Amino acid sequence: MFSEYSKIVKDGLWLNNQAFVALLGLCPLLAVSNTVINGLGLGLATTMTLVVSNTVVSLIRNFVPDEIRLPVFVLVIASVVTMIELAMNAWFFGLYKILGIFIPLIVTNCSIIGRAEAYASKQRADKAFLDGLSMGLGFTFALVTLGSLREIIGSGTLFAKAELMFGEAAKTWQIDVITDYSGMLLAILPPGAFIGLGLLIALKNIIDTKVKQRKPAHIQIPIQAAQEQ
Amino acid sequence: MKFSTVMSPHLQPVNSVDRVMLQVLLALIPGIAAMTWFFGIGVLINIALAVVVALLAEASILGLRGRPIGSTLKDLSAVVTAVLLSISLPVIAPWWITVVGSLFAIVIAKHLYGGLGYNPFNPAMAGYVLLLVSFPMQMTAWLAPIELGSVALSEIDLLKLIFLEQLPDNVNFDAVTMATPLDSVRTQLGLGRSVPEIKTDSVFGLLAGKGWEWVAGGYLLGGLWLMWRKIIGWQIPVGLLLGLGLFASICYAIDSNQFALPSFHLVAGATMLGAFFIATDPVTAATSVNGRIIYGLLIGSLVYIIRVWGGYPDAMAFAVLLGNLTAPAIDYFTRPRVFGQKA
Repeated sequence: MFSEYSKIVKDGLWLNNQAFVALLGLCPLLAVSNTVINGLGLGLATTMTLVVSNTVVSLIRNFVPDEIRLPVFVLVIASVVTMIELAMNAWFFGLYKILGIFIPLIVTNCSIIGRAEAYASKQRADKAFLDGLSMGLGFTFALVTLGSLREIIGSGTLFAKAELMFGEAAKTWQIDVITDYSGMLLAILPPGAFIGLGLLIALKNIIDTKVKQRKPAHIQIPIQAAQEQ
Repeated sequence: MKFSTVMSPHLQPVNSVDRVMLQVLLALIPGIAAMTWFFGIGVLINIALAVVVALLAEASILGLRGRPIGSTLKDLSAVVTAVLLSISLPVIAPWWITVVGSLFAIVIAKHLYGGLGYNPFNPAMAGYVLLLVSFPMQMTAWLAPIELGSVALSEIDLLKLIFLEQLPDNVNFDAVTMATPLDSVRTQLGLGRSVPEIKTDSVFGLLAGKGWEWVAGGYLLGGLWLMWRKIIGWQIPVGLLLGLGLFASICYAIDSNQFALPSFHLVAGATMLGAFFIATDPVTAATSVNGRIIYGLLIGSLVYIIRVWGGYPDAMAFAVLLGNLTAPAIDYFTRPRVFGQKA
């Protein structure tokens, strides 16, 4: 039982990371990952959407006729996103203005409908909830990593404009990683996002290979030999 | 007496990669010499720096990829990339511009795609576009030709400017830099002056900019030599110059006040360097005979379109990259007919 839940978490955060492995939801990933705070904001909004939509889809899975399941899922996702958009408009107005069109566009993030169709519509609500949470956090992790990479290279700072998310107290959070830096525009522009994402995926593959090499190889008895015995 | 017996083919191919690359480097000499004459030794410093960085980058990434290092370095392709990139840069570009550009060209534009022969984009131009997009200020500060500059910088001053970004005390940055001919045509047209009026400005010489036209002449000379040596085909350079020239002639015929002379466009900026040395890169260009003509025409027209209606004064790098993108499709549609096959 426990191993099933831990597998869901591992899948979401690393093994089947929506951004690094499934390469889903690239449009928002590439468009708003120019600073850490933007990435974190959109990542958390996406996580919220994934959690709620996965749970709802799982709860109604037995009442939805198979033929119209996709429109129903889209309706569920759209209403969740609308609520989140209104909430962000009310409480995080600065961030809402920066993220702009990408908040309503969470509806079209294919990883959300993907999880609804591939997982939540076939699983119990508690598992669907956990899947939404871990997939969302995995996506947020990718957004924040790419965001910090691009922010450091692009403008030499980290956590700039943190007050948009964490209130006035966060105004001092900005770290100038490189002082006297005139910036590298490419990292902030879309090509920087593509190159950065490519490098991060390469890094993930290197880590995976290293981990695999370190594990002792399983001793497998060939099937034929086993049968002969 | 001992005879060495070798396997066939007994006629050695004349052109190996390193021989081709070496001749390309030799052909660049007149242009580089003209550039040094008119703009000082900054260009030589850039070249030296870029070559060193490119070779180091190539060696380390070959090591990472587990490829033979020595024999690949000897093919001189990294040197050609570095030289092409560094002669496109402003001669007083700070040292890190050259370093970043060479690293990007070799590591990302060349080796991440699989190394020489596999890169879809011209590495030197990819590096140049990276720099132009990322650091517009440093990439547009061109030194005035020596005969026009109000202050002459000594070699020590140039070294200081490139490596420490320091000018002599009494010299102001604007006094040593100057808009390039393409830049000034662009800005002056924006101010409402007509082309014949602009042409009387001191920056212009016989055909294009003072100094610049000699540099272009140097590249033309080197390019013709390459053609004569059969290192490059005539199709791409001719197509490119024709495309640019035709487009420019049509526009000039329509309104000679708004559009510069075709001869200006053919000589100004990177046209000659691009036509003979950059667009002809055998890896990234189209390969069929007809395909190369189309490829050249396409790049030539793109250069004109971007120069006149685009956001940047010169366009060779962008046009070549866009051309690279279309090369596979052009090759697909212009494959020569197999003998006996119906068209």
